Amino acid sequence: MRYLAAFLIFILTLPALAEEVVLGLSKDTVSIDTSFDGSEILIFGAVKREAPIPAEPRLQVIVTVSGPSEEVVVRRKEKRLGIWVNTDAVEVDRAPSFYAVSTSTLLGLSLTDTEDLRHRVSIPRAIRSVGAPDTIEDATKFTDALIRIKSKANQYQLNEGTISIDEQTLFRTAIKLPAALTEGDYKTRIFLTRGGNVISKYETSIYVRKVGLERWLFKLSRENALIYGLMSLAIAISAGWLASAVFRIFRA
Amino acid sequence: MQIYLPIAEVSVNAFLLLGLGGIVGVLSGMFGVGGGFLMTPLLFIIGIPPAVAVATEANQIVASSFSGVLAHLKRKTVDLRMGTVLLVGGLIGAALGVVVFNYLKAQGQVDLLVKLCYVVFLGVIGGLMFIESLNAIRKTKSGKAPARKKHNWIHGLPFKMRFRVSGLYISVIPPVLVGISVGILAAIMGVGGGFIMVPAMIYLLGMPTKVVVGTSLFQIIFVTAFTTLLHATTNFTVDIVLAVLLLVGGVIGAQIGTRIGVKMKAEQLRILLALMVLVVCGKLALDLLLMPAELYSIGAAGH
Repeated sequence: MRYLAAFLIFILTLPALAEEVVLGLSKDTVSIDTSFDGSEILIFGAVKREAPIPAEPRLQVIVTVSGPSEEVVVRRKEKRLGIWVNTDAVEVDRAPSFYAVSTSTLLGLSLTDTEDLRHRVSIPRAIRSVGAPDTIEDATKFTDALIRIKSKANQYQLNEGTISIDEQTLFRTAIKLPAALTEGDYKTRIFLTRGGNVISKYETSIYVRKVGLERWLFKLSRENALIYGLMSLAIAISAGWLASAVFRIFRA
Repeated sequence: MQIYLPIAEVSVNAFLLLGLGGIVGVLSGMFGVGGGFLMTPLLFIIGIPPAVAVATEANQIVASSFSGVLAHLKRKTVDLRMGTVLLVGGLIGAALGVVVFNYLKAQGQVDLLVKLCYVVFLGVIGGLMFIESLNAIRKTKSGKAPARKKHNWIHGLPFKMRFRVSGLYISVIPPVLVGISVGILAAIMGVGGGFIMVPAMIYLLGMPTKVVVGTSLFQIIFVTAFTTLLHATTNFTVDIVLAVLLLVGGVIGAQIGTRIGVKMKAEQLRILLALMVLVVCGKLALDLLLMPAELYSIGAAGH
């Protein structure tokens, strides 16, 4: 609420220009520490405008949060000589590690296909796959499978109707980030649409960072791999010795 | 209690990992196997990325084997001389195995080959051990004295060496060869190789079962330490937090397991190990034969 109040004062003192987004986040940094078990981010904002609110078509809001993109390979199993083997593979050039779309109504009603294509909003459009070999005719099945597997792990989310809009001006939603989260800058986009057309777009980033012990171990493992490896061994050896010593005391 | 693993980048239940480590540790201490062939598939199931599971498991095996060896050293059931000979072969084999692994990776299908390796080796070894120990149990029950070990071709080879603890006077060639082949398999399959080493020592080298366990653990420490370093420096996939959780359970389990193992008869020990190997083999075989629920899988891009 504190955020909301400060934020409302902020937008009311601004000179009004057009229909534009002013945004607030409950936090712009997600810290991954040892006890990290997922997180929730509250995204809220308001529409700043100089003209009176147009009655029709109604204002819709779309929020997307997208994790760092990576290149992945989707493989398919087939039965060969009685056993299930990976046969065909399709490379996906760019798949976000996390992707969530939240809308104020059905995505199809908030956004035309052309606009979706231009801004890459829906999940299938957020994935870019061009590298399907000619031998594979049903390449779309591979991207479908990618979306299906990622959705099951809550890493791809389509949350239709989860943004609430008050008086066509204030909007808010919550995005749930799963426990299996990778580090990086999570690009957050807010679209205002009317009649399926994007009338305003706003971009910001949520920073997902490992902190404390997690950060230290991760850095050490990349920057001083040999020391990290030796440390792992030292811990293993001393734990083994300790257990044996403790048990000897028990028996004595 | 959920805990976030820094390298695996997933959040898992800490008590689940402690429990898994403990159970596998007991088995490790009882049978002289590192337990990697059990733990690695279990880690896959709870959602640890395969590359991290394989590398971290190697590190955990170092801990449980070290704990087990200390217990065996006190009992004087480690043949250090034989262990060293096996180790020399093992390290050569591990280095060769990495080359073979990278070659298979370039051909694709490395997953399948690893799984086939598992099924074939576990099946053959488990089956042979099962039949042999069943016969041994039957013989002791009927009161017949076990047949004396026959001299075979192994005893005709040169470079003979005396292995006092094992009560053997044999050529060093067979142990080195056993070491090399186990080393290769260990690197490819991401395990310590105890489940291959133990039967090889019993049946090929004719070592007494009581000595086999400690000696196998002794050489596993070094082979897995080598593997851990290799993974940590080339693939950055050793997750120390995961390893610590597994090994806390593992080292305690190994101590308990060693004490159970000492109280049991050699044949019983072998038949139990055989059964366990066969169960894992069956599970992996089913995975290959039954239609998977999800035909597609996502992997990191790499060429």
